[in-house]
Formats: sequence, structure tokens, C-alpha cells
Amino acid sequence: MNNRIAKVIEETAPKRKVGKNAFQAFLIGGLFCFFAQLIIEILLMLNLEKELAGNVGIAIMVFLGALLTGLGVYDRIGQYAGAGTIVPITGFANSMASSALESKSEGLVLGILANMFKLAGSVIAAGVVSAFIVSSLIYLFRGIF
Amino acid sequence: MRVGKQSLIFDNVYIQKSSVIVGPREFAGPLGGLFDFHYDNLNCGEKSWEQAEMAMYKKAINTCLNKNDKEIKDIDCVISGDLNNQIIIGNYVMRDYDVPYLGVFNACSSSVEGLIVGGNIIEAKNGKDIIVSISSHYATAERQYRSPTEYGGQKPETATSTVSSAVATLISDKPSEIKITKATVGRVIDAKLTDALDMGRLMAPAAFHTIKQHFIDFNVDEDDYDLIITGDLSHYGTELLINIFKEYEIDISKKHMDGGLLIYDRDNQDVFAGGSGCGCLPSVVYTYVEKQMLENNLKKVLVVGTGALLNPIIIAQKETIPAIAHAVVLERV
Repeated sequence: MNNRIAKVIEETAPKRKVGKNAFQAFLIGGLFCFFAQLIIEILLMLNLEKELAGNVGIAIMVFLGALLTGLGVYDRIGQYAGAGTIVPITGFANSMASSALESKSEGLVLGILANMFKLAGSVIAAGVVSAFIVSSLIYLFRGIF
Repeated sequence: MRVGKQSLIFDNVYIQKSSVIVGPREFAGPLGGLFDFHYDNLNCGEKSWEQAEMAMYKKAINTCLNKNDKEIKDIDCVISGDLNNQIIIGNYVMRDYDVPYLGVFNACSSSVEGLIVGGNIIEAKNGKDIIVSISSHYATAERQYRSPTEYGGQKPETATSTVSSAVATLISDKPSEIKITKATVGRVIDAKLTDALDMGRLMAPAAFHTIKQHFIDFNVDEDDYDLIITGDLSHYGTELLINIFKEYEIDISKKHMDGGLLIYDRDNQDVFAGGSGCGCLPSVVYTYVEKQMLENNLKKVLVVGTGALLNPIIIAQKETIPAIAHAVVLERV
């Protein structure tokens, strides 16, 4: 590889459409959140406690994310919305469901169970570790604050 | 015979009949009518994607034998490559065939690598009839190299779509209409790129090096060829290849075509930058290019297989993705 080729590679690098992608992510991600809030409001109207309504709402969104993944729709929405479909809890459901579907051919234990958290595992591990650190800090310093 | 730094001349290597078996998306593409057989569904009636690719592969070998009026005992060697770890598709299919077998892997340049290895065997009179077979499958490649197919991540425009196809071609010392006259063996070129969703561009420098070396070794230029066809650079890789040649004041744009752009209709098919995968180039060469040669529209074609030497483990270790390209010259006899 010489500099002349490296120069051409650099000059012709295609630009990613960051603005357009961010707008689409905002739009669809926002719609997801709006829909989730709608479900929570309905649950509250059904006299569920606030915290329970939130948890049930999240469970419903996770279910819908997994269902849309199984129906082969979620990846198409994801192609349009990018981070808008990955960041919300439905994206978490999608990463698990898609990994599980993909590994079905290797059986229940070595396939689905072993691979289900292939993508989501990093999120869980990071969540557990950061929760431990934050709660330890709160425990140690709660007298001060 | 060895020529120059990286090239060879073949005197007695001919391409006989080939078989090209494809999936639904390739059949729906512009070359749909030219393939020997297509599956309506990517699972090919099998339980897993790997088994589906094996079914395609087997179909390709059997169709190739039939078209050439041969049985497997008439074949001196099968040379095969695919994109799965440990090239399992070829390895597993070949357990059902009583024939000497060589597995090759140079990613998507394996089809041309196979022709060069096979050509050498025939040239050395160590065999007369050799089948070179190649397969790639959208779903096995996605799960091997990228994310699960249903994962909702966004792919950039530069992403390519792996071609689902299995191809088998018989090469032999018996004269036919198309002769493999020359070959240039590529070397590994690292453009220091790391994006597995921009493979066309990271393979373009390797294609450039091999084509340039071919021109130097044989003292020829682009005007000596009616067509220079690369494997699977697709839209962005093609653009980069033409621009690199332009930097060296060579205009190949009028002679160049790319398999990844021929196999799909980018405007009407959802394939991003175009096709890729080691089945891409041979699926185009043994249909479209072969037809043009038999109709005497093309006399001399430089076929350049381009491979991104990608492995998800090593790129996670912050390595780059090197690439390689091999070339052969097909001539109308």
C-alpha cells in the first residue's frame, strides 16, 4: 500500500448521512416511546399502581419487540430508524430474539440458550457492574449527602 | 510456465460446461434467465442454513457432471471453496463423493484461486478433468461474519449483499470454446480499512495491485482486453478501483464491469451497494460472460476474483481487514 492509493481511498470515502439518520432515529424512537407511554397511561387508567404500570408497560414493549422480530418486520424498521430502534427496550428484545432465532438450528441448549444473550449480554454485564458501583458509592457516602 | 513476478501461462486448460444454482433473489435479478436452477426459498427445503447451502452445492456438482456427460469416477479432483468456517460446505458435501478433493479459501477470490490451482494440475499433466466448485449463501455468511439476520441494526449504503449461489465448473485439457490462457496470483494487500460493512472499498486496492501486476508481467494494458471483470466490489468498490487507476493515469472505466453490480438490479432490488460473496463472480462469469464469449461479443476477458480476508475475532482485536485478488484470462478459441 502506498500513499497515492491511501490518498484516493481517503478522498473518495463515502459520507454517512448522519443528519438524516439522526432525524429518522429521533422520529421512530420517539414514536416507540410515545406508544409505550400510551400503554402505561391506559394501565394507569385501569387502576394499576404507577410503578407496576411502568413495569407491565415495559414487558408489553419487550413482547412486541420480540414479536415484530419473529415476524421479520423489526429489522426492516431498524434499517430506516437505526439507533431509534436499537436504543429503546424493544431493541434489547430484538437483539435477544434475533440471536435466539438464528441459533435455533443448533438446538435448545447449545443453540438458543447459549446464544440468546450473545448481543444483549454486554448490556446486561455493563448494567450489573455499573449498578454495583453506583449502589456501593451510595451506600458508602449516604451519610455525607 | 512462470512469467514475470506473479504470473503464469497455461497452454492446455479449457473451460467445459458449468452449472450455476441460485437462490430467489439472484433469480429475480437481471441474469435470472441464465441460471441452471433456482430455489424459491433460501432454506432450500432444509432444516438449517448450512444444510441449505450444502443442498445447493450438491445440486451444482451433480448438474455439472450431467451437463458434461461425466460421472464422478471420471473426475480427477474436485477443488472447492466457500465462506463458512473450515470451509465446511465443501468438506461435508464431498464425503458423499468418491473423488480426490482439495479445499481452498481466499474468501471471495476462491473461485479464481480454484481455477489457478486446477489449471496448474492440468498443465503439469497430473490430472485431466477437474471440477472447481464454489458456494456462498446469504444467511450462512450473515451469521458467520455479521449480526443475526433479524437484528434491527442499520446497515450503511456501502454494505453488500451476499449472493446465494453454488457453482461448479469442469476444466480439462480437452479443447473447448473457452481457454484459460493466463493467470496472475495476487498477494495480500492491506488498505488499513476495518469496516466489514464496506468490503467493496477495502478490496479495490487488492484488485488494483493484481491487475497492475498482470499488465506488468505480460507487458499488456487495458486495451488488450474486451472486458475486465472484478468479483464483488459493487458500487463503492468499483468507484474506488476506477479512481485508483485514474491516479495512475489509466482509464479502465470503459473496460471494467463488476459481478456484484451485474447480478442484482440495485435500483429495484434491496441489495445496498450490490452483490458480494464467493458465488457472485462465478455466477456471472459462467452465465453472462460465457454467453457473450460464445456469441463472439467478447474475445478476451480478464477475470479478477476479489476477497476480503475477514474474520470477526481478529477484527474485534482491532486488526484491519486485508484483501487479496487473483486473476485469470479467458480467451475465445
